[in-house]
Amino acid sequence: MTVSPEGSSDLSRRLVLRRAAAAGLLASPAAGLLAACGEDKPAGDGSGGAKSDKNPFGMAEDSTTEIVIFDGGYGQKYATDGLTPNFKTAWPKATVKHTATQDITALLQPRFQGGNPPEFVNNSGTKSMDFGALVADGQLADLTDFWNAASVDDPSKKLKDVVLPGTVEAGSFNGKPYVLYYVSTAFGIWYSGKLFKDNGWSAPKSWDEFLALCEKVKAKGIIPYAYAGANAAYYQYRVILAHAAKVGGESVLKDVDNLKAGAWKADAVVKAAEAWGSLVGKGFMDRSHEGLKHTEVQLQQNQYKVAMYPSGDWLEGEQAKTTPPDFEYQMMAIPGLSSSDKLGAAAVQTAAGEGYFVTAKSKNKAGGLEYMRQMLSKASARKFTEITEAHAVTVVSGAAEGYAFPPGAKSSQAAVKAAGKDVIGNFMFDGWYQDLDKECRAATNELMFGRINAAAWADRVQKKADAIAADKSITKYNR
Amino acid sequence: MRHGRYPFIASFLALPVVLYLILVIYPTLRTFYLSMTLWRGFDVAPVWVGWDNYTTLFDDDRFWKAITHHAQLLVALPLVTIAIALFFAFLLNVGGGSSGGIRRGVWGSKFYRVVFFLPQVLAIVIVGVMFQTVYRSDNTGLINGIITAFGMDHIAVLVNRHTALWAIMFVAVWQAVGFYVVLFSAAMANIPAEIYEAAELDGATRISLFFRVTLPLLWDTLQVAWVYLGIAAFDFFALVNVLAQDGGYGGPDGATTNLGVELYYAFSKSKLGYASAIGVVLFFLTLTFAALTLRVTRRDTVEY
Repeated sequence: MTVSPEGSSDLSRRLVLRRAAAAGLLASPAAGLLAACGEDKPAGDGSGGAKSDKNPFGMAEDSTTEIVIFDGGYGQKYATDGLTPNFKTAWPKATVKHTATQDITALLQPRFQGGNPPEFVNNSGTKSMDFGALVADGQLADLTDFWNAASVDDPSKKLKDVVLPGTVEAGSFNGKPYVLYYVSTAFGIWYSGKLFKDNGWSAPKSWDEFLALCEKVKAKGIIPYAYAGANAAYYQYRVILAHAAKVGGESVLKDVDNLKAGAWKADAVVKAAEAWGSLVGKGFMDRSHEGLKHTEVQLQQNQYKVAMYPSGDWLEGEQAKTTPPDFEYQMMAIPGLSSSDKLGAAAVQTAAGEGYFVTAKSKNKAGGLEYMRQMLSKASARKFTEITEAHAVTVVSGAAEGYAFPPGAKSSQAAVKAAGKDVIGNFMFDGWYQDLDKECRAATNELMFGRINAAAWADRVQKKADAIAADKSITKYNR
Repeated sequence: MRHGRYPFIASFLALPVVLYLILVIYPTLRTFYLSMTLWRGFDVAPVWVGWDNYTTLFDDDRFWKAITHHAQLLVALPLVTIAIALFFAFLLNVGGGSSGGIRRGVWGSKFYRVVFFLPQVLAIVIVGVMFQTVYRSDNTGLINGIITAFGMDHIAVLVNRHTALWAIMFVAVWQAVGFYVVLFSAAMANIPAEIYEAAELDGATRISLFFRVTLPLLWDTLQVAWVYLGIAAFDFFALVNVLAQDGGYGGPDGATTNLGVELYYAFSKSKLGYASAIGVVLFFLTLTFAALTLRVTRRDTVEY
């Protein structure tokens, strides 16, 4: 469950890397050995203060905590103007040393190698570090006690109880929590409220309505549907799989993740692939998009050349600079396929993203943990939503309630609310088995741009899945 | 030799040698060592795994794809670049006929020389970004903008797996030609005019002048150019990273990948041992190539 925006950079690599990280953890038999090596160097945990509900990690009140923030899609202002002032209010004598960068690896790899990492890190962006590798070598603080510590707003509640369900698991490796994924993301198909209103179109609920709409959009000389083939084919396979989950229920995704025999050839998956693969033949997609990057296609949408585009809810913030003022981003759920779908037409996929961790070997680990605890207060989470350009919603339950969101964020939240219990969880196979992700991307471009049909697409991906299942050298995961 | 001269020379050599040891030899040996380990680049000692990284590497389809692409580039890149550069250099220097016993280039050759050299002053990444625009698959791309204006269909050279590698190689050639034009021009300027004169008196055409006089007398320079371009074929990371599908990871479907790309990818996933193994393979390939080229092309230098 790890997805988040990139700002203007490429989402794909980061996502893949982070998920591959999880795979790396178990893939190497020497990992445990290495982790053990790491232990023989005792590091101060920075505790100098007495432990209490107010100070569960016993941070010394006058200590210094160094934080490193990824200066990307969410910027760094949320830290300097939001999180850190709130931390300072709680701990007036403490010092926060703030660093922001777009190249986390270049800044931190030498620090880790030298054994003096900063306390608190927002590990994100195309040049983020590999979470799995960090975990495998014992570089990250185990957050088990953290999640059981008292929350800032209500000491009778544990931290794990003030965040959305699934948050702890999203940042867990082999069952142990190491990473806080702070941002809650919803996925759907995005369109311009203005374009739709001007033409009297409305968001389609069923596949027939969707095709009818595409026909109308095409008649207007606008490309009905697009995604970026050059670097973002996985935006589209997410659509196909979420659609398949709607058709066949969430177990479809579970089977895919668990490498179950024939999971990709399940009726629901093939039907979904067939539906989406039919668009290009009907002239509802433009072949040139296969060679374009996500930013280029998103720009075309802002120019009203493309009507519908699949993405997560970071899109509105990512495009802020090129969006016309009256564009009015809106998100719709992926339309249902037929009346026999297992999930309702309103079903929406969500995930948690944007990773933060506390380092295990820093001087003031307690300070890092305390900083992380403070960012889970409602006030801090609210600041994050207010200050970030995407007005991103955090995993802190209810922190953003009543906030006047921009139209896109408002509509994506409305979509999640409308989905009710039909919220589709994230799939994990792309992080667990990187080769499968690669194969699925390649096959999806082949399918969507009309070179193979749905059956051949399913065959191709299934073949890879079977090969991975049979390969003893690859560690398997289950969920 | 006078007494005390060796210590004097050695004192001059000591610093460069020490720097060379620290900055070149040590990292190279360290890479050999790391390629036999599992290491993630943190303050945890590398774990010895012997040849494991190499067996994994040799089992990887993408590795063999990368090797194939290096082989293709190794032949095509020097051949095309040198052929074009030689042709231009000949035209710029001796192609215009002679007047008053002095051979000169075609009309406007000074201007062309600047034009040809211009790409060379641009950083390779800038060239890559520029060609993103040239190749872009919709009609905001230079090529597609022109051909769609004539009513032709879009072409997407970087998307098609049969054309992607060659499209990227074209960019490399475009950038490199200027440098080799200058290199060959300088070498041609060293060829005494009398030889041309004598050949011309004997009735040689421009074509036979080129093949019988210019080419043999440029042999040393050509050899250097071949080694440079061959090494460039092994060091083909930047353009692929900027231009290729799959966000620069040698796409579509690994059709443009090379060892540099694979190395970078492994490195960025904290697989430093594996990345080192790729580095070692690359090191030996480059070394072998350079040694082979210099040996195979060895000829007696013509004295004049």
